[in-house]
Amino acid sequence: MVEVTDVVCSLCGCVCDDIVVEVEDNKVTKVKRGACSVGKSKLMGHNRIKSPAIRVNGELKDCSYDEAIKKAAEILAASRRPLLYGWSSTVCEADKVGVELAEEIGAVIDNTASVCHGPSVLAIQDVGLPSCTLGEVKNRADLIIYWGANPAEAHANHMKRYSYVSKGFWTEEGKKAKKLVIVDVRATKTSRMADVFLQIEQGKDYLVFSALRAMLYGHEDVVPDEVGGVSKTDLLETAEMMKAAKFGATFFGMGVTHTGARHNNIVNAIQMTRAAHTHTKFSITPMRGHYNVAGINQVCTWETGFPFAIDLTRGYAWYNPGELSATDLLIRQECDAALVIASDPGAHFPGESIKHLAKIPVIQIDPFPNPTTEFADVVFPVAVSGVEAEGNVYRMDNIPIRLRKLIDSEYPEDEEILKRILDEVRAIKEKEGN
Amino acid sequence: MGEVLIKNGVVYDPLNGVKGEKKDICIRDGKVVADVKNPKVIDAEGRVVMPGGVDIHSHIAGGKVNSGRLFRPEDGRKGVEAKTKVCRMQSGYSVPNTFATGYRYARMGYTFVMEAAMPPLAARHTHEELVDIPILDNAALPLLDNNWMTMEYVNSGDMDLLAAYMAWMIKATKGFGVKIVNPGGTEMWGWGKNCSLNDTVPTFDVTPAEIMKGLAEANEKFDMPHSIHVHTNMLGHPGNFEITKETYDLVKDIKPAKDRQVMHTTHTQFHSYGGTNWGDFESKADVIADYINQNDHATIDIGSIILGDTTTMTADGPMEYSLYQLTGRKWTNHDVELETGSGITPFLYSGKSPVNTIQWAIGQELALLVKDPWKLALTTDHPNAGPFIGYPIIISMLMSKKRRDESAEDMHKVIYDRAIYPSIDREYSLYEIAIITRGMAAKALGLHEHGKGHLGVGADGDVAIYDMSPEETDAGKIQKAFLNTKYTIKGGQIVVKDGEVVATPAGKTYFVTPECDDKLTDEMVVKLKDKFDRYYSVTYNNYAVQDAYVPNPYEIKAPWRS
Repeated sequence: MVEVTDVVCSLCGCVCDDIVVEVEDNKVTKVKRGACSVGKSKLMGHNRIKSPAIRVNGELKDCSYDEAIKKAAEILAASRRPLLYGWSSTVCEADKVGVELAEEIGAVIDNTASVCHGPSVLAIQDVGLPSCTLGEVKNRADLIIYWGANPAEAHANHMKRYSYVSKGFWTEEGKKAKKLVIVDVRATKTSRMADVFLQIEQGKDYLVFSALRAMLYGHEDVVPDEVGGVSKTDLLETAEMMKAAKFGATFFGMGVTHTGARHNNIVNAIQMTRAAHTHTKFSITPMRGHYNVAGINQVCTWETGFPFAIDLTRGYAWYNPGELSATDLLIRQECDAALVIASDPGAHFPGESIKHLAKIPVIQIDPFPNPTTEFADVVFPVAVSGVEAEGNVYRMDNIPIRLRKLIDSEYPEDEEILKRILDEVRAIKEKEGN
Repeated sequence: MGEVLIKNGVVYDPLNGVKGEKKDICIRDGKVVADVKNPKVIDAEGRVVMPGGVDIHSHIAGGKVNSGRLFRPEDGRKGVEAKTKVCRMQSGYSVPNTFATGYRYARMGYTFVMEAAMPPLAARHTHEELVDIPILDNAALPLLDNNWMTMEYVNSGDMDLLAAYMAWMIKATKGFGVKIVNPGGTEMWGWGKNCSLNDTVPTFDVTPAEIMKGLAEANEKFDMPHSIHVHTNMLGHPGNFEITKETYDLVKDIKPAKDRQVMHTTHTQFHSYGGTNWGDFESKADVIADYINQNDHATIDIGSIILGDTTTMTADGPMEYSLYQLTGRKWTNHDVELETGSGITPFLYSGKSPVNTIQWAIGQELALLVKDPWKLALTTDHPNAGPFIGYPIIISMLMSKKRRDESAEDMHKVIYDRAIYPSIDREYSLYEIAIITRGMAAKALGLHEHGKGHLGVGADGDVAIYDMSPEETDAGKIQKAFLNTKYTIKGGQIVVKDGEVVATPAGKTYFVTPECDDKLTDEMVVKLKDKFDRYYSVTYNNYAVQDAYVPNPYEIKAPWRS
């Protein structure tokens, strides 16, 4: 038995890196400390795709990696409008090969941000993002706001490691000396901990941000007695807490990005942060979901210039979310082949998109079977990054951390499969003389 | 790798005192040699030949550069170019993608670029991007001045332990030297505040002046190739020239470990401002240039303005906030725990604005008023004062009084009242241009001892052949020649021909290993580990940049001097 410390979790955007596990006979046998229950489950391992497979007459038939790579390359090389989607639960080394493959075949490359914090990216492109690292929040923040997010259940270690519960340099007393504000449409496990819980009406986030923003700029006279189901008195109390804070930190989740005014919600959330900044130090950070969704945005941005929804048909990057995001392409039935890696559109896309996805050839690269496997035509099982493979990932605050390899895998890494597909595509194109 | 002979070139190689001589350059296995037997011959036909360009200060890779790209798709769209058989796709103007960064620098004849600010906690990010920049050799300077460890050691006066910390951090980040950005001020920005040179930073009870002096002393305890690299306090504030002068004075009595400056101050244009507000804002380039002329311990790069739109970005968080308040445009901020911060906002330099006009004049004035070009490097603090792709404009300005006079007429008339610009007659020679774009930068970085910035035997086979005759005086033609080389040769390989990129070899990453006494390091690490246990959000064991991030390493050892 070997004890491994400083293990980095490859589950959510928290990327906890202080986990201790026991490894015996090339298996993680125990997660001793550091991980939340979901992270622990990932580290311990669960059911896997067993073998590469190709769908024949409606059934997935096991095959060799060579056969699957040949088949995948044929599909991609023959495609006139391929979509390469996912990328958020793998490492940057694989993401880079993905961009190169997309460039080679003139694909649209998109990542899970487009159905997640894509609206946040649009807002950042409008007004920027005054933010900081999570350790900065831990050491300084005396006011924490979670808006449309439920970290107690979705990012279970977030409060403990970085925000409300954690103890840092100027926050030695932990939560005793901090205030917690929760804004949500319903009571949650997180809201039960709050000093102030603003339960707002569904879809009214924009109005509530506007009200707070007005108050922070000294225009409370224009705010009506009730906004989005919250009384002016409660809003004033919150605004006063924001002004009085030494350091305020807002975190926002899917509850804001995908309701009502969508990216305009986030523009307003950031504008509220800018308003708070006229009184004190304030920051705002999106609660990124997958452990490396921030990373695929980073890689796409430094390689193509743009973070998601990128069309490489022209040989250069063309960026237009709303037209080129995966769901939109699929609803328009535009793509004729797709490669899905480290994600599960089969479970998360709108029905219309999935319908088209089920019709076209789909290549899946993933350690785990999921609803997308049900209609995938070529399936590659791969090593689990962070357990069986190392590589770089970006935490939700864009801090890069290297995942550790804990055990050997019988499966190849994402990067290797992608490189082999890319080589095979190039070989086919060369044979065809282009 | 074979042999190359460049014949019939007119060579400008300032580090070897070669001033426009007709001279053959021989390269074998990537290095300059005395002679070759069976070479590939490149006939330069009387064109200008220089060593590959060396940029001493440019923001090309890492967190804030990429945040700049991410929040400015409108800038990304400006520079799009399709992939070719050789090149990958390109995008961006002020914040080009990694591929375009490599190609465009190489087309200007540059072969080495220093990434000027690497937040230690995000060093892996900087290196991930550096690896993705084709052709260019590179290095990065970690930010070490607002670090709690630094301030605590400065406060307690433990200079040896400060040196141990500095050494550990440079090794951990695979960095090249000590970068300082608004010392103390960025820590205070953690609370939304800022400070000046002699203000006390609360909690840590040190002044920015003490921080800089301490780091200069620590740096000179090792044979570091480079001096401390300083962006001092109050960047961009009217009247800041006094602070800049005082900053130089801080290190006047410190002896350098090597034959070089004790302090390099960067983008000095932003630090040479007179007046008390934006209304009476004026140039103090003459005062700063006088100081540099009279003293030998400090060098500068100019940070000259390129008119037009750009993306400003710096670890000086409070400065970017002030700029955003002036313009009301989008603003990104990213404070980094225990270490540093950063801010990013777009900015338009307009010749119609009196303030921008004076700023534009100051950068060039510095270059024209500092008498010895060995004390000065050409930069635009890319992309802060403008994108690097504007270097050829600055070169043509420095070489042509006529062009400067014509340009001044297009600027705000304030240039005739509150700038020194119109009265300066000096014109740079090609030899002086070669100094400020390669020789000086290589020497100030200590890279001349590692084959950069010159063409002597043993140097790297990095050569730029510009499509111009040494007699050329037409500023437009000079600008054109410096934008796209006839040939750029990197390590003996032709990478640019007739202005087109023809090969994209990977560049090397240069990093320094300061060699510190184990006992000192052990003592320092006890304190450092406590910082990780209690305050950092990553663990000590996950902090240092792993070797995998630097696949093409070039290590420079810096022994402890006792």
